[in-house]
Amino acid sequence: MLRLDINSELHEVDVEEDTPLLWVLRDTIGLKGTKFGCGVAACGACTVHVDGEAVRSCSYPVSGAVGTKITTIEGISGEMLNPVQLAWIQEQVPQCGYCQSGMIMAVSAFLAENSNPSDEDIADSITNICRCGTYPRIKRAIKRAAALQGGVQE
Amino acid sequence: MTKLNLTRRKFIVGGALVGGGLAVGYGFLRDGDPANAALTATTMEGEVALNAWVKVDKDGLVTFAIPRSEMGQGVYTALAMLVAEEMDANFSELVVEQAPVADVYANIAVMKDALPFSDKHHEGEDTIGAWGMAKLGQFLGVQVTGGSSSVRDAWLPMRQAGATAKAMLVAAAARTWDVPPAEISVTNGVLSHGGSGMAGGFGDFAILAASETVSLDPVLKKSSEFTLIGTPQPRLDIPSKVDGTAEFGVDIELDGMVHAAVKLSPVLGGTLASHDASAVKDMPGVLKIVPFESGVAVIADSFWRAKTAVEALPATFNDGPAKEFSSGGILTLLEENLESEDSRIYAETGDARAAIDEAQSAVKAVYKVPFLAHACMEPMNCTAMVTDTGVEIWMPNQVPTLIKWFAEKIADVPAENVIVHTPLLGGGFGRRLEIDLVIMAVAIAKEMKNRPVKLLWTRENDIQHDIFRPAAVSRLEGALGSDGRISAWANRIVSQSVSGSYTARLLPWATMDVPDNTTSEGAADIPYEFTSRLVDHVPVKLPIEVGFWRSVGHSYNAFFTESFMDEMAYAARADPVDFRLAHLENHPDFANVLKQLAKVSNWSTPLDQGRARGVALHESFSSIVGQVVEITVNGDKEITVDKVYCVIDCGAVVNPDTVKAQMESGIIFGLTAALYGEIEIEDGVVLNSNFPDYEMIRLGNCPEIEVHLAPSGRLLGGVGEPGTPPIAPALTNAIFAATGERLRELPISRAGFIA
Repeated sequence: MLRLDINSELHEVDVEEDTPLLWVLRDTIGLKGTKFGCGVAACGACTVHVDGEAVRSCSYPVSGAVGTKITTIEGISGEMLNPVQLAWIQEQVPQCGYCQSGMIMAVSAFLAENSNPSDEDIADSITNICRCGTYPRIKRAIKRAAALQGGVQE
Repeated sequence: MTKLNLTRRKFIVGGALVGGGLAVGYGFLRDGDPANAALTATTMEGEVALNAWVKVDKDGLVTFAIPRSEMGQGVYTALAMLVAEEMDANFSELVVEQAPVADVYANIAVMKDALPFSDKHHEGEDTIGAWGMAKLGQFLGVQVTGGSSSVRDAWLPMRQAGATAKAMLVAAAARTWDVPPAEISVTNGVLSHGGSGMAGGFGDFAILAASETVSLDPVLKKSSEFTLIGTPQPRLDIPSKVDGTAEFGVDIELDGMVHAAVKLSPVLGGTLASHDASAVKDMPGVLKIVPFESGVAVIADSFWRAKTAVEALPATFNDGPAKEFSSGGILTLLEENLESEDSRIYAETGDARAAIDEAQSAVKAVYKVPFLAHACMEPMNCTAMVTDTGVEIWMPNQVPTLIKWFAEKIADVPAENVIVHTPLLGGGFGRRLEIDLVIMAVAIAKEMKNRPVKLLWTRENDIQHDIFRPAAVSRLEGALGSDGRISAWANRIVSQSVSGSYTARLLPWATMDVPDNTTSEGAADIPYEFTSRLVDHVPVKLPIEVGFWRSVGHSYNAFFTESFMDEMAYAARADPVDFRLAHLENHPDFANVLKQLAKVSNWSTPLDQGRARGVALHESFSSIVGQVVEITVNGDKEITVDKVYCVIDCGAVVNPDTVKAQMESGIIFGLTAALYGEIEIEDGVVLNSNFPDYEMIRLGNCPEIEVHLAPSGRLLGGVGEPGTPPIAPALTNAIFAATGERLRELPISRAGFIA
């Protein structure tokens, strides 16, 4: 049995230790907001936070997450949307939407580290794939989210 | 082409009053079939289906049934806008849901476009070909999302559905209030009677309205009366796509569900020869090993355990005929077929062949494009539960009617016991028009009856066993007249036939060897005025499955023709925009798009050293799109795509923000292919396996994109695909402008350019 702290709830799971965190979240715990895209940490659709850092959960063994605080898209979606989600709606970012949980998790961890990123910072740090090509809107939404987080309304 | 004077009214066949509910029928209805029966079956207590598209409950909740798949193109919102506009419903409070599978939802627009030849129906003519295909479409009743057709198809019936539902609610209110219907007005979901001050919501009259009889051919609003259509509306699906609650096919969770992973023949089209189930049957969670024709599945209690076991499962395969083929060899074979005697002519004016042979200096060039994969972000999946009497399917798909037919066939159950659910699609791009996943999932689920089995492909399964955009080759020849305009144009295209390949998958017993308009779309029907022209296609058969990939034939034909227009402009020492305009004297709508594009892109303003622009103009799915690309190139052939300007004329605009989003999307999809896209096949095995070696544009190298809408009032066009075709030639034309190097093969890395 492995003990996991997911979105501030404790779970005990009976899985092989090398099972990727992604599949524990989706199939064992039933949190479907985190997506499977490539299985090789290339696309970022599976991004979650482990102790506040963005990790690609498809290639992150669950045993490595024991003793950490894991946060998924569900964990940042309470009654109130966070500034990244709000900016995503205001800029009408998603199309098919499949990659967007991972995008939002990657961006929210990134903005926690860098509250006023330049275009270069964004380009270097957010490497998730969106096949629908929502990147131009994502760029705008990141800037907007940064402004919202800083308490500055655009 | 014979012209038929058919009016719209003659297409309105349906309209049956059944069971107290009014059926608005635009499509074909079989005798006694109530158009709203399928939707009525989904109603809750206190809720009625006023027709096949609109449900209202007694508390006023308005639900629209959307018969097309939402795969990111914004169809749930756009089609809901059509209904809400005519119903005067409150757009911010309504709900959309996936419509059931029923004949009434047949997509007629896409059938007309599926004619094996090009005619003038997309210019508004009632051609006999389009009429016949519409009839066939009504008969087959195929519900399909593709061909950028959803809004074009829904434009009349779904507005009629809204108008008729409103008329029924008005009639019920008039009866209740004892006033003439004409004195009742409806605004934002509220019915009111001016004279008496009486007012009520849709919910107050829903149940009564269901038994009202109203005209089946309601008067629709004039475009000047629209309050919703043409205004930017927030997408209805976006809130669920930012908080993780949107349910895609892969997210389906059912009681007792188990998971399947597969190992497939490495050689395309190969079959399973042997496997050793005993090697993995005792691995954790493994429930069953199921061999099938093209591979073997492991069913387990989680996907990870199924995948781990199937990867460890020893299996051998019979290779099949694709073993003899590699992608390089295929391109050579296609090129050799440029000399074939056996071509189909798709456009012929004058004697272009003779004019080119006689010309003093004809320009000739051969172009090539590779196989491409779709790589939808949501990997392919299908969940199936087979019982002794029926089958139920949950699958992200673009064609539920065919999914239903094939589930019935493979499960071998009566048609009435087949249920298909279509959740949200994590991308489609044509890949989810295919039936391979449902066939495989039902075959596997048959071996574990009464339990839902979720079949999920890995990304490697997806890339290596996609049904690819075909490789294609084109030889273009042109001659200039003394006026500096093109006097003769000949374009011979060689490729596999997508329609032929698709039809053979659906009906393996049918030997289809008929013309395929997709092979020459965007080549035979280009608007430029040449004195003579010849466009023909040589179909080549290969044991590699090819399918519909966003914009289909346009995806390569735009690259061929718009690159060659640039070559001819250079030969004529003319500016590429001016040169195109000189061939569009009788096509003011195309000229208008190009002129606006030149203006917004500052076409005539010089750029700094090392930077350049390229232009392309292309019509597809009845929309005209022009694009200008600005690039920076250095001496090491490193390219930055700085900016893309895009102008689109798609006729009427329903949701302007969605049109812009689809242009951005189509541009990035086409640019990804032009920069990186290439499926490499060696001895029948696909060498690419995942995103590291099937590369995508990401945030860091995505250009700025500026989209301008230029609706001219021409007929309604599509938006899901038309953004894709022009970007590749606009890019390579820019590379030529910057470097003098003409790229005649994609992706651009073939010529040593690095993006």
